Amino acid sequence: MLAMNYRGPYRVRTVERPMPEILHPEDAIVRVTRTCICGSDLHLYHGMVPDTRVGSTFGHEFTGVVEEVGPLVTNVKVGDHVLVPFNIACGKCNFCKQGLYGNCHESNTMATAVGGIFGYSHTAGGFDGGQAEYVRVPYANVGPTVIPPDMDPDDAVLLTDVVPTGYQAAEMGGIKEGDTVVVFGAGPIGIMAARCAWFFGPSRVIIIDHVDYRLEFAKNYAKCEAYNFKSMDDPVVFLKKTTDWYGADVCIDCVGCEAEGNALQTFTGKLTLMQAGAATALQWAINSVKKGGIVSVVGVYGPPFNYVPIGNILNKGITLRANQASVKRLLPRLIDHVQSGRLNPKGLITHRVPLEEISEAYRIFSSKLDECIKTVLIPSTKS
Amino acid sequence: MNNQNQDFKNIPGWGMDIDPDNEPTYPIKNYTGDDHKRSNYEKAEQQPINIELLKSNERPRPSVVFGTSAPPSGLSGAIRRYAFKHSEDRYRHWIPLILADRINAWEGIIDDFKKGSFPDIVKERGWKSEFRYNPVNMIGKAAITLAVGGLVIKYLCKRK
Repeated sequence: MLAMNYRGPYRVRTVERPMPEILHPEDAIVRVTRTCICGSDLHLYHGMVPDTRVGSTFGHEFTGVVEEVGPLVTNVKVGDHVLVPFNIACGKCNFCKQGLYGNCHESNTMATAVGGIFGYSHTAGGFDGGQAEYVRVPYANVGPTVIPPDMDPDDAVLLTDVVPTGYQAAEMGGIKEGDTVVVFGAGPIGIMAARCAWFFGPSRVIIIDHVDYRLEFAKNYAKCEAYNFKSMDDPVVFLKKTTDWYGADVCIDCVGCEAEGNALQTFTGKLTLMQAGAATALQWAINSVKKGGIVSVVGVYGPPFNYVPIGNILNKGITLRANQASVKRLLPRLIDHVQSGRLNPKGLITHRVPLEEISEAYRIFSSKLDECIKTVLIPSTKS
Repeated sequence: MNNQNQDFKNIPGWGMDIDPDNEPTYPIKNYTGDDHKRSNYEKAEQQPINIELLKSNERPRPSVVFGTSAPPSGLSGAIRRYAFKHSEDRYRHWIPLILADRINAWEGIIDDFKKGSFPDIVKERGWKSEFRYNPVNMIGKAAITLAVGGLVIKYLCKRK
């Protein structure tokens, strides 16, 4: 089968690899019909996530048809067209039982902080991902969800990560009626977070980025205010000024470790790897939120450590909430939002690329070329 | 002083504010009330371990399932084995892993040569798209790289 293959920072290709096999009685083998490149994949692509081994296959957003199931799989059957949440979750541990599927205790041997994730380095379990023609799906009784017959497959593939992560970012913000919400980052997750924030009744949603075409897209898609921080002397002062000098009620970091906008953070975080990437967005979020406000983080930060203004969290009484999205918990609500027309996930898709052209697709997304927002990869075996 | 036998429920005010709606992680966490049973759950059977599996030393046993995409090998594998002797709390876990990743990329190139193929770096890096959509930037970067490279070579030749 054909699969994406990581060769080192900024180098990926497609190669022939052995077909995945059932390795556990609760496994399924899924023939991929659609898969995406996520902004988080770029952290792997740029070599920012420790223990990303050469030969790995990325891809944690995918849909597919069940081709084979292990003897203990009862929840899906051969022939089902399923969307597969990016979390690998056992469904039985204490965390899964509480709906914290992103924190499963039984799916990642290599680290305890994060649960298993498809195609997301050995720090997240060393599982091969969905940027391939076929993929092994562990715990097939838990994650895979049959796509409703009336749902567009392009909407379905975005329900595996983008929509739940954006929604949970807003949910963790504890947004109340009349709040001002600021979202840092106008990538797919930031745009979706801004769009979902409205579900919680704020009076203003503001998105901040440095790429004009992404801001224009966000303004139209998420119906929010959009500002380019490169046109500001200081984004924190701008946000204070536009909120009566109090700060926003809720700030959402959808950027993570590769933020632009601060020379010291860029030097220590991106150029010399002295910390876990540039934490500029998190720094701005903490400093832009009001006293007693909430900062919600879904941007990915790797180890080892950050120069985060932790003292300000104390001094300002900020509640900091962060997690990988628990996709399975959110799916029923989000499927309803999509089916009722309140959300249009496929509106984010700007590029559709054959799996064979994956290296070009990564470059376009990574360098923000051709006004790219979201890329869907289509394996040739999809039909 | 031993106060182990004190019934903490007799402490004035104990539990009066317990309310799932005030749980800081609610509604992100579906409160079940049995956090204290954290190890008491039915686990699936263990995936057979028939490859070299590096395990976090912050957990007593391997997780029930695991990925098998790229077992440790070569020099990078040796460094990774060292890293996994230390906990996720330590630089000596993460820094060696980052170093191993860089070495692993070179091992991949050597592996390509061993298999008789030359890695197509231009294609793997997607430079065709960069040139198509961002030619000015790409030509600029190439010119700077060539200029710096030329100066370095010139300096080295001069020293000899």
